[in-house]
Amino acid sequence: MLTKRVKISNIFVHLFLWIGIVFVAFPFLWMILSSFKSLPDFYQFGLLPEKLDISSYKYIFAETEYVRWYANSFLIAVTVTITNLLFCGLIGYTFAKFDFKGKRIWFVVILSTMMIPTEMLVIPWYVISSELNWIDSYWGIMFPGIIEAFGVFLMRQFFSGVPNDTLDAARIDGMGEFRIWWKIAMPQVKAALSALGILTFLGNWNAYLWPVIVTTTSDMRTLPVGISLYGTSDAGGIQWNTIMGMSTLAVVPMIIVFLIFQTRIVEGISLTGGK
Amino acid sequence: MGQKNKAGFFSRIPMKLKTRQAIIAYLFLFIPILFFVGIRISPTLYAFSMSFTVRGEIGYTIENYVKLVSDEEFIRSIVNTLLYFIITVPIQLAIGLIIALAIERVNHFKWFYRIMFFLPYMTSIVAVSWVWRLMYDPHNGVLNQVLKFLHLPQQDWLSDPKQALLSVSAMLIWQMIGFSMLIFLAGLKGIPQQFYDAAKIDGASKWKMFWKITFPLLNPTIVFLTVIGAIQTLQIFTQIANLTGGSSGSLGGPLNSTSSIAVYMYKTGFREYNLEYASAITVVLFVLILIVTLIQLKVLNRSYEL
Repeated sequence: MLTKRVKISNIFVHLFLWIGIVFVAFPFLWMILSSFKSLPDFYQFGLLPEKLDISSYKYIFAETEYVRWYANSFLIAVTVTITNLLFCGLIGYTFAKFDFKGKRIWFVVILSTMMIPTEMLVIPWYVISSELNWIDSYWGIMFPGIIEAFGVFLMRQFFSGVPNDTLDAARIDGMGEFRIWWKIAMPQVKAALSALGILTFLGNWNAYLWPVIVTTTSDMRTLPVGISLYGTSDAGGIQWNTIMGMSTLAVVPMIIVFLIFQTRIVEGISLTGGK
Repeated sequence: MGQKNKAGFFSRIPMKLKTRQAIIAYLFLFIPILFFVGIRISPTLYAFSMSFTVRGEIGYTIENYVKLVSDEEFIRSIVNTLLYFIITVPIQLAIGLIIALAIERVNHFKWFYRIMFFLPYMTSIVAVSWVWRLMYDPHNGVLNQVLKFLHLPQQDWLSDPKQALLSVSAMLIWQMIGFSMLIFLAGLKGIPQQFYDAAKIDGASKWKMFWKITFPLLNPTIVFLTVIGAIQTLQIFTQIANLTGGSSGSLGGPLNSTSSIAVYMYKTGFREYNLEYASAITVVLFVLILIVTLIQLKVLNRSYEL
């Protein structure tokens, strides 16, 4: 009797969740379907395109620098992820495992930089970049993000949980300190590294404010900046099907990657509280 | 490689363990410290000092701040930013909690629900902003087409100064629900099952259990999400820029009805190139974020001791 009641109420919970999913997923569905519409199609009410029209995709690949923006974003996100994993790993390890004068002060100084809003920093960064000719270059886009204080904090927390015995054993064997960090310590925090890697990659893949300020030519745009400026600079009315095609190409691969790594990503974000 | 040799070199000369540790630590920290001082701290100080200057004039002045106090567009952007916070955070927390509770209850497809609700948070903000902009479009958008189909009056959505801020907020909520849900799920997992078992023996109803056990024990999660929500809404820029910017709209428009602090900073700093005035705006933003952070430290009483 009781189990039957539980089952029925569970059906309602499932139903409720499915209604939620319809609302959450609808914009994605709308985006994909709209990318296959022809422009006059947009004026009619209807979810499905009148007939499948791939002219938006032809246009994206033939007439815009979309592929270049994609490559730029990928290159930048991968590079910054690697520098963050290496540096945050090294700094976190040092703060967790070494005793030295000034340790507390430097740690607090680094952590306190988390509070500084990017909006405040972009103005001086812009001035620096103009002075040093970094405007509109890969380095100019990347340099502010090489190390994130959040990653330092995360890695320190995880290295604190690594036992000292293995490190000391390696020291007795005469291993150099840098090698101890790389060979012995880093492999023990792989879970934290993968969580940090995913968060850093996503953060840079989606970064908008600084890339839109520091890039000036179409060649150097990242994917978000490229889509955004294509959409906002269109004087002859917005080409909705093209923009939806660009959005689809940006979003769908991410969804697929997300589905593959979903456990890792979800755990990473619950673990770290996101950013 | 160089560092490895140095570390090996130091281990060969006799010296106190403590000195050796300090030398290695600072070798490891040398580049990072340069980075944080050069790319984070000095620029912050520079922005502060810049906010007290005016282009073409020598010396420091509080002119920018005097101007800010009576700048209607600035006040509007502060009010809007607060409105974004007041509108979006409670709703996204409430919906996030309800969905988390629902997912906790079911036995099947938990992972599937979790991903589906989380998708909007994961995907490119710029891309989904354009999808919402299309949905809101008065002529091409699905919302007005549905209204027309139902013979209801069509709306101007993002082009109506009265509706624009709410329209942006709806998208923000849609995007953030998945994040709150995920953090709530983690919080719910942390509540020991014994509490519920004991309450069941006492004959407590589900409703009572929620208000007497679940809700109070989720308090830290709620505070955490509120703080994150506050910091995120204080800095909101990308969504507004893509929903309202460009030749077919106006950044932060119509009539500044959607402008936020960050949008106003961008307009003054990188459209009008008044970097000094923009710095003053970001100093105000900095102070607001500082206040939120201090409240968080006080409420959560989390100490990061070494």
